Formats: sequence, structure tokens, C-alpha cells
Amino acid sequence: MTSTYRTAEGGRIDRSTTLGFTFDGEVLTGHPGDTLASALLAAGRHSIATSVKLGRPRGVAGAWAEDPCGLVQIEEPFPEPMLLATTVELFDGLAAHGLPGQGRLADVPDSARYDAVHHHVDVLVIGAGPAGLAAALTAARAGARVALVDEQSEAGGSLLSGTDQLDGVPATAWVEAAVQELAGSPEVLHLQRTTAFGSYDDGFVLALERRTDHLGGAAPEHLSRQRVWRLRARSVVVATGAHERPVVFADNDRPGIMLAGAARTFLHRYGVLPGREAVVFTTNDSAYDAALDLSRAGVRVQAVVDARPDGAPHRRAECDDAGIPVLPGSVVTGTRGVERVTHALVAPLAGGQVGPSSAVACDLLLVSGGWNPAVHLYSQARGRLRYDDELGAFLPGDDVDGLAAAGAAAGVTDLAGCLADGQRVARAALASLPLEPAADDRLPSAPESGTPAAPMVLWRVPDTSGAEGTTSFVDLQRDATVADIARAVGAGLRSIEHVKRYTTIGTAHDQGKTSGVLTSGITAELLGVPVRATGTTTFRPPYTPVSFAALAGRDRGRLFDPERVTAVHGWHVAQGAVFEDVGQWVRPRYYPQPGEDMDAAVLRECAAVRSSVGILDGSTLGKIDVQGPDAAVLLDRVYTNLMSSLEVGSVRYGVMCGVDGMVIDDGTVLRLAEDRFLALTTTGGAAKVLDWMEEWVQTEWPELRVHCTSVTEQWVTFPVVGPRSRDVIGAVFPGVDVANEAFPFMAWRDTTLDGVPVRLARISFSGELAYEVYVNAWYATAVWTRLIDAGRRFGITPYGTETMHVLRAEKGYPIIGQDTDGTVTPHDLGMAWAVSKKKPDFIGKRSFARPANTDPRRKQLVGLLPTDGRTVLPEGSQIVELHPDGVLPPPPVPMLGHVTSSYRSAELGRPFALALVRAGRSRIGETLHVPLAGSLVPVEVTASVLVDPEGARRDG
Amino acid sequence: MQLIACPWCGPREEVEFSYGGQAHVPHPAAPADLSDEEWAHYVFFRANPKGRFAERWNHSAGCRRWFNAVRDTATYRFEAVYRLDEPRPVTP
Ligand SMILES: [Zn+2]
Repeated sequence: MTSTYRTAEGGRIDRSTTLGFTFDGEVLTGHPGDTLASALLAAGRHSIATSVKLGRPRGVAGAWAEDPCGLVQIEEPFPEPMLLATTVELFDGLAAHGLPGQGRLADVPDSARYDAVHHHVDVLVIGAGPAGLAAALTAARAGARVALVDEQSEAGGSLLSGTDQLDGVPATAWVEAAVQELAGSPEVLHLQRTTAFGSYDDGFVLALERRTDHLGGAAPEHLSRQRVWRLRARSVVVATGAHERPVVFADNDRPGIMLAGAARTFLHRYGVLPGREAVVFTTNDSAYDAALDLSRAGVRVQAVVDARPDGAPHRRAECDDAGIPVLPGSVVTGTRGVERVTHALVAPLAGGQVGPSSAVACDLLLVSGGWNPAVHLYSQARGRLRYDDELGAFLPGDDVDGLAAAGAAAGVTDLAGCLADGQRVARAALASLPLEPAADDRLPSAPESGTPAAPMVLWRVPDTSGAEGTTSFVDLQRDATVADIARAVGAGLRSIEHVKRYTTIGTAHDQGKTSGVLTSGITAELLGVPVRATGTTTFRPPYTPVSFAALAGRDRGRLFDPERVTAVHGWHVAQGAVFEDVGQWVRPRYYPQPGEDMDAAVLRECAAVRSSVGILDGSTLGKIDVQGPDAAVLLDRVYTNLMSSLEVGSVRYGVMCGVDGMVIDDGTVLRLAEDRFLALTTTGGAAKVLDWMEEWVQTEWPELRVHCTSVTEQWVTFPVVGPRSRDVIGAVFPGVDVANEAFPFMAWRDTTLDGVPVRLARISFSGELAYEVYVNAWYATAVWTRLIDAGRRFGITPYGTETMHVLRAEKGYPIIGQDTDGTVTPHDLGMAWAVSKKKPDFIGKRSFARPANTDPRRKQLVGLLPTDGRTVLPEGSQIVELHPDGVLPPPPVPMLGHVTSSYRSAELGRPFALALVRAGRSRIGETLHVPLAGSLVPVEVTASVLVDPEGARRDG
Repeated sequence: MQLIACPWCGPREEVEFSYGGQAHVPHPAAPADLSDEEWAHYVFFRANPKGRFAERWNHSAGCRRWFNAVRDTATYRFEAVYRLDEPRPVTP
């Protein structure tokens, strides 16, 4: 394959090695150092894809991330959509094709690894061009801890794209020396292929390092593919350079139309001639370098079309020597060509009027409308931008605390100025640390540039094609045109943010790198206001697209969220338990026997508990150790019940409310000593309740001598439940007198098992005789196994959360957060008995007297029995009341409440539910209805306690 | 991501902290003596100024201590942090 557009020599590519790749199925070659774009251009291929809405052919218009056109999909080695051909480094075996604005995600799992690293520095320099290297050297020489990140494959920035000299030798030699010097500085981290994509408060910057993308299929498996760097710096130097912007004219989107600076990059960096016959259209001096360099490389430059009336007088002689015609006071008004530009239409411009045009043949049309400093990271950190009338660009305004722009990113346009600016900004950063600059931090000297001619600010060339701006593209990726902006303004939009959203300009993959400022300029023109009044849209991260895989890093799959398992998890797994997530906990939901579904398993487990004995792993219950002389005082204030009267050795159920009187958690409290309690919380409420107690102790009652700490992980809890539980406990713990009189309900006793301390508590969440076994988690499996072994002759049945829920619901015990929702008082739950009348105050007490909380129409917890005896009401179902004549009230039908818990009951032989119902307790005995699948299911309202309302079973 | 200066730990990532709303709103000493309206003001009403605001913060994923801060709600900038037993500092 001949690379017909490859120069004979030069460029930073390795011509001794050939890489094979395919594009749109065509087999092509390139060299290490190429990008996909440069390799395609070397093969004479400009047309990359068609546009998203209009299907117009589009090519490579830039040389890096500013390119709005050259979108590709990589197929091999791993499918990845929406990449720019200009930023994909070529590797052997690459297979890609052009994309019409939309890509395709891989349908196979990504086997690559992604990770993240935190790094802290004194000075972070973003961009390794002349300003960035100067800043990094200055900071490193002073002994500062430095990070230098740059998005390209090698350092140098704009110096890689030109022919600049420093100290009389090619500037790239200085770049190499600078990189070596930084590599020898122990406190410097230098990362290439690393894009700083987000800049946040207090020197926090996110950067994406592409570690193996450029290696393709040869990437070593042990390396993460991409890495997110979370950088925190005392000072950030934004030396991100500038993006060239085009001028808008009719049919400005054809392949072969390219930014002038991009053509220079392809020539000098990649050894590629982007065409053979070029027209250069410019509003400023910089494009003359492109014209002259391309001419020297053998490109026939047909004309430099300079919109400025006087052109660039100081470049005139060079152009004359090179035989390049210069047309000052002229513009390109349009183009011809389909798959590739064939002609530029050139016309004089005088007094804002475009004269008659003539067609100039070309296969390359270079455009430069000036330079936009890459202020993205500065602006993301809430730096204010100011519009510069002369440059026609938004520049960083005042420095943000700890963040400053340097070089071209700050609007500096010459090499000597960029070096000096980088050093100046770095020295300011050093002064804030504070660090002294090194005695010798000399930078090389750049030749004096001649007196430049002022640029002309020209956003667009009036459309004389008759298309009325409908082919004058502002945002090529969105196919959005001058006509679209005119329509937005015509519709009355004034804010640039509104224009952006109306036209979609700047919302594509490139986020408006070339189109954003153009839109501000054209909108201002159409509105007849200054550009500074229009402003720009907000810059938001990411600067360039970042894959979700990279952002997720290792936090995916099982590592997405911590999984908490109890000390006997392995036993549950071995028993074939089905698990459910309860917050971060993984708990057995039920233990199916062969052939059982969940309903069958739960009915069996429930029956076993109520008829004999079952065992539950309740280790996830929150446990808070409350200690100190004022422990009882604290608990009296946070629980609605009186806890100070609890005797050592006893247990009390308690409810906790917020200051608004609404229930936030519940559980039992064991008094371990005069000055020590163990407070149990719901599984989900454990952290919240500890925080709640801490908050009150620290912020309101610092005088209380009390400390709270979580012991959830330290103690396992195994409720042994059912009429035969006394037999099992008595057999395993012979040192305890389990007789009801010696060990009554709501009492706890300490004992030992083979020398291991064990605590037993007679607490029941099912209404049955029950003992909770507490032991140090280290001994969990041994104790659990003893209980199972001792229970075997009673058919002890392990049960999961589902059975636990059914058993407690049959007894009307609410689950806070399921049967309540933050609007439910203890009284609503029928728990007025748990609210102390003796205590002068506790959290929430005053709210109980608010009229809204004493309203008899409040929703109250009741039981529901579907009268058909078969329907299991879906939780969340609404409850309605029919008129006496049996018809629904007219819409909107009043909703009386909703079903909060609903199960089949083995004990009742029918399904039942708990529900919050308006004035529910006064409706006991009534029939209400639940709309379900197009019909109304009649339900009888009952008390919330449906099984053993007398409490006859709790003592066995 | 901001750095927040915990009075005990020094500057730490904002994700380590949780917000506790307006500072200097003590629980009434004798709620029973308050009218419904006065009590409702304690329970439900909080200031929401644009500008300087004295707030409670908790270094919840660090030392777990509560502290107060004066923060500008328009700029997010913390102007002062102080312990609960200290008066609100005068910020310039
Ligand atoms: Zn702290």
C-alpha cells in the first residue's frame, strides 16, 4: 500500500516499522507515531463518515480533540464507539470504521481493567507545551512536588507541530532535555497520554491516563487499560494551549477543509501532506506559517485569502519568494466538491459587502479564524472569563484561588511569551507555598517574532450562495448552521444558553470546542449586541469524553458496594439458602428444600416455628453499647419509653421518634449495669441511630457523661424461636435455669459455653417463646452448630427474613421503614403504651400535642383480611371505600391508605396484610376495597394483631 | 470537590462530611411551655439565606465530631469553622 501523501522524510513517526490496519474494510498501513487520522490522510483519504442529520460527507478538520468531524468506531481489538480518528494512536491490527454521529457499544463484557490513583502535589501543571514545560521546570527546580500531565503521546505541545528554534536549535531538542530533567527530579510525576478532564474546587483535578490503548491487542493484561488520577494540588497551572477556530461560510464542511494549524501538525508531526493544491483562508497571521511550510513541502498554495484589508505586510515578502499569491481584503464565500473539496469560491470583502466570487481549484482548504484559549479547566473551576475584542476570544479573567492559566491558554500568542508566562505563573505558585525559585532556572530564548498584524474578528462570511445560511455550518457534529442560530434568535431567544439548547450547538461529542465561541459571536451579531454581552455557555466536565468503565474503575460488580455477611454465612450457603440484600447486608431469605418455591418454603418454615422450633441468623441487628453514668438519662431522652427504671437483667422494647414525633426506629434495650445498656436497632437503622444519639450527645447535651459505640459486628445474634426453644436452650446451656420463673420474658442472663461467654435474652419478634443467643462473632459457627445439633430431635428449622416478616406481621409488629414512612407516630401504630407519660420530656414529645398529631382521621396501622381468603394483596396497594350503595365514589376516588405488608399465613390458613388506613382503628369490622387488576378486592379491617392476641404463647 | 477544614482533623475531602443544617438552633429547654406555633418554628422553620450562613457539619467519615461553620451559600466558601462551644466568629 503506497502512502501517496506521505512526505519523503521528517515527522515524528518511526518509518522503519509498518503497522497494518483496516478502515471501512480497506487494508491500509501506517507507522508508529501516527494517529488513525494521519494514517488515513497519508493514504489520501479525507472522507471519514457522513454527518448525523444531513448525511453530508465529513472529513478530518482538526488534528486533535478539537476536530468536530472525524468520528470513528473501533471494532478490533475491542468495540468502542465515538472516538476521534485524530486522537486514536495507530497500532497494528486496528480495525475501525467511520461513524455518522452515533456509535455502538460492545455487546460483550469488557475484560480490561480500570483503576484510580490519588495523588497530592504542590504544583499541578496541565499541558506539556512550552508554557507547561517552563512552569514544571521552574517548580521542580525549586524543589516543589510537581505533577505534569499532558494528553498527547509525547510532550511538546505546539512545538511538535512547527519548526520553532530555541537557543538556536530545534525546540524539540529542548523538549527532550526538559523531559529528561523532570524524569531526574524525584518529586515530579510526569504523565503523558493523560487528559485532565475535570477541574474542581481547592485544586482538585481529575485526569484520565490511557495506559494501554495505544498498544491495541498487544496490551499486557497486568496493566489497567485506563486510570483515573484524582489529583489534589495546592496550585494548578492550566497550560492547555489554544484551539484554532474556523470562519463560517457556505459549504464549509466538505472533506479537505481543515484548520490551518492542523495541516501544519499533520505535516511536521506526522509527515503527511493533507493535499496537493491548497487555498488558505485566514483572518490572522498564524495561517501564513501553514501556507509557507506546506509550500516548502511541495504543496501548491494557490492563494492566501486574508480577510484583513491590508493582510499581513510583514509576511508579504516570504509569500512572494515562495510564489504564493496573497489576496488581502478577500474571503472564501463557498466551496464545491462532494466527497472532497474541489474549489474554493473567493471574493473581495469591502465594507461588509462581498463582491463577485471566482472559483479557485484546490483539494485542501485551510481556514483560520483565530485562536480560542482552551479555558475549559479554568472555567470549570469557576474562573470568570473576559472577552477580548482584539483577539475575538474569551480569556481567563482574574485568577481563581490556587489556579491560574499560562501561555496560549491565557491568550499569549508567541513562543517567547509562553515560556515566560509559564515561568511567571509557576513562580507565583511557588511564592504561595512558599518556596524560593532555584538560583538557576533559566529558560531558553526564542527568536524575536516580527511585529504581528492585528487579527480581524470575523465569525462568518455572508452567505451569497442563496442557501441563506442553511449550509453554513457552525457545529459540524450537530449539523447546526447559521440558519439555525438565526431561527433561535428569531424565536426570541436572547441567552446564549437558550440558543445552545435550541440549536443543540455544542452539545455533541466535542462539546463545542470549535463551535462555542463562533456561536457567541454570530448570536451577538444577529442580536446587534457586543459579544461580551452574550458571553459563553458554561464549561462543564468532562473536557473530552470519558468512558463509564474508566469512571467506575474497580467499583463494579461485587465491588460496587460493600457486601456484609454474617459470621455464619458459609453455613447458610452450604444449606442452599436463597439470599436477599438488606442494605449492604446479605441475609438468608429462605431455605428451600428440593422442589420448594418461596411460598412453599416460607409456609413450611412458619409452621415449624409456631409448632416446634426454628432458628434465625439475626446478627445484622444493630447493636449499640451505651456506657457512662448518664447512660440512662440519654436513653430516657431518645426513647419514648422510660428506660431509667429498667432493672439490670431486664429488657425493654423502645421506640425512637424525631423532633416531629414521627417514629424513626425501634428495638429492645438490655440494661447490662447501672451505667451500661445494649440498645438494639433495626438492621437498616443501625448506623442512623448511632449517628442520632451522637448528634444529640455532642450538640445538645455535651454535659452528659455517656459514650455510644457500635458493637453490631462484634456480637452475633441467633433467635431460637418456638414452643420447643426452651428445650433446645436448656440442652445447650445447662448452666442457665430456663424455667419461666427463673428466666422470665424480657429478661437476659449471662452464661458460658465451653468457657466462651454467651448472653441469652428472652425477646420475641414472633409472639412465640423465644431466646436470643448472643456470642462473640469469633465463636458464631460453633454456637450455631451446637444449637442446630441440639434442636435436631425437635426438627429445628432454620428460617430466613421472609418467615421472620410473616411471623412478626401476624403479631402486628411493624417494621420501621416498611410499615412506616416518616409520617407515622407511635400512636398511629397502636403503641401509645410505649410512650411514657411520666417523663417530663423526650425527643418528639411536644409534637404529640400538635393538632395534626391528635387528629382522629390520621392513618393508623390495622390488619386486613381479603374476604375471598385467597388474594395476596400487593404491598403498596391503595385502599378505597365504596358508597353504601356499593359503587365507587366519582373520581378522584379518595385513597384511605395503603397496604404496607402482605403475606400468606400458615397459621391463619389465608393471606393477610397490614395497612395504614385513615381512622383505621375506628373501621375495624368494616369492609373496604383494594383496586387490583381492574377489579375491587373486598377486605375486612381487623386489629393489627391477628395471631395470639392474648399473648398466650410467649412463655411456652 | 471541596476541602473542608475539620477543627480536629484539618482539611479533608467534602465527601467525608455530612451537613446538619442551620447552627445555633438549640432544642427548647421546656417544650411544654411553648405554643404550637413556637414549637413548629423550632421543628420546621430554618433560615435559608443567600450569603453567610452559620451551619452545623459532621465529620461523619472521619472523627465523627460535630462542628459549626460559617459558609457563604452563594460561593460555597467556608469562612470559618469553630467548635460547638465557641461563639459564632465575626468574619471579615
Ligand atoms: Zn474530624
